[in-house]
Amino acid sequence: MIDKIAGLVNADPRLVRRGRFVDTTFMIAIDDAAALLRVQEGRITKVTPGPFITPDYSFCLRASRDVWEKFWLPLPPLGYTDIFALVKQKLMQVEGNLHPFMANLLYFKDVIAAPRREMKR
Amino acid sequence: MSPRFEPITGRYLRLDLLGKAHRLYLEEAGQGIPLLCLHTAGSDARQYRGLLNDERITKNFRVIAFDMPWHGKSSPPPGWQETDYRLTSRDYVRMILEIADALELDRPVAMGCSIGGRIVLHLAHEHSKRFRALVGLESAAHTDAYYDLEWLDRPDVHGGMVCAGVISGLVAPVAPAAERWETLWHYMQSGPGVFKGDLHFYMVDGDIRDRVDQIDINRCPLFLLTGEYDYSCTSEGTLDIARRTGAQATIMQGLGHFPMSENPEKFISYLLPVLEKIRVL
Repeated sequence: MIDKIAGLVNADPRLVRRGRFVDTTFMIAIDDAAALLRVQEGRITKVTPGPFITPDYSFCLRASRDVWEKFWLPLPPLGYTDIFALVKQKLMQVEGNLHPFMANLLYFKDVIAAPRREMKR
Repeated sequence: MSPRFEPITGRYLRLDLLGKAHRLYLEEAGQGIPLLCLHTAGSDARQYRGLLNDERITKNFRVIAFDMPWHGKSSPPPGWQETDYRLTSRDYVRMILEIADALELDRPVAMGCSIGGRIVLHLAHEHSKRFRALVGLESAAHTDAYYDLEWLDRPDVHGGMVCAGVISGLVAPVAPAAERWETLWHYMQSGPGVFKGDLHFYMVDGDIRDRVDQIDINRCPLFLLTGEYDYSCTSEGTLDIARRTGAQATIMQGLGHFPMSENPEKFISYLLPVLEKIRVL
């Protein structure tokens, strides 16, 4: 599902504009697998699947495959609709330097949830 | 064509509040039983626009929604620049009672959401004689912090955007887009540190878990309405209060943490039967 995120984000001009000042690399971790997503001026310019020896990134969103699959459903079940809902239930960890994440929260929330739109098609 | 005014009147009220001169903005519509509406943390009285515009409510209720000091069009008190805003249970209770007195309301109904849903529990515990009935929307006796509140007020993060970002997932995913984004807009307009200051009450000072059992709903009826998608004030938290007090609780389908603002029409369908019970008390 991570491989779909770049295309979905880059095809959404409003979302790209919202993230126009974002310049960072972040990690999505699903169980023990992970990928790095490079963001430049709101576009996802590179997705690098793991494994990594010395990954360099600002922040990481980490959850189990079961959690991510529920989160990415077009209408997720109660408790799986939002990153903070998962964090509150300790089903997701958000780690690292959170400044780019929190300073662009509405952007990253829609980037992370982009696969929901793919599922609707 | 005549202007399409809404039936809402907005006015500024001058009063002493918590020992200081205040200029408070409030909106009202309707006639009958006073219904004092309390907005959520970091927002303002526009959240109640749906109720204020609904004749089914305003034909029997005088709906009054005020912006708390520091919020919306209400000013902070003079000298605010020398302080950090931090809402406490004591100040919040006093504020509501003093505003009700300034408006000369006779045993109003108080209805609040989130922090407002918490404070009605404090009112039910300490001041039940002052109210005809109390309605808690998204009421929980306590909520633990689930992110670092420092992010809400720092110069290198846009306060309005981060506040809206933090609460955006509390709106039900099925909410109409226009009402969802209206709800977020109110958060984007909040003053620096105001949402964080309100959350001091919500996540620290306003904890009422040890007194919920002492609430006597025979002295003042208590009604609880909570959206199923609310993960901040959870359905479990509301049902626990209901179990411990005997209050009537309803879990509202398809609604989140801001029912009156994110989906007014759906919320009002849940509220009308409650207001009818209050009307015939």
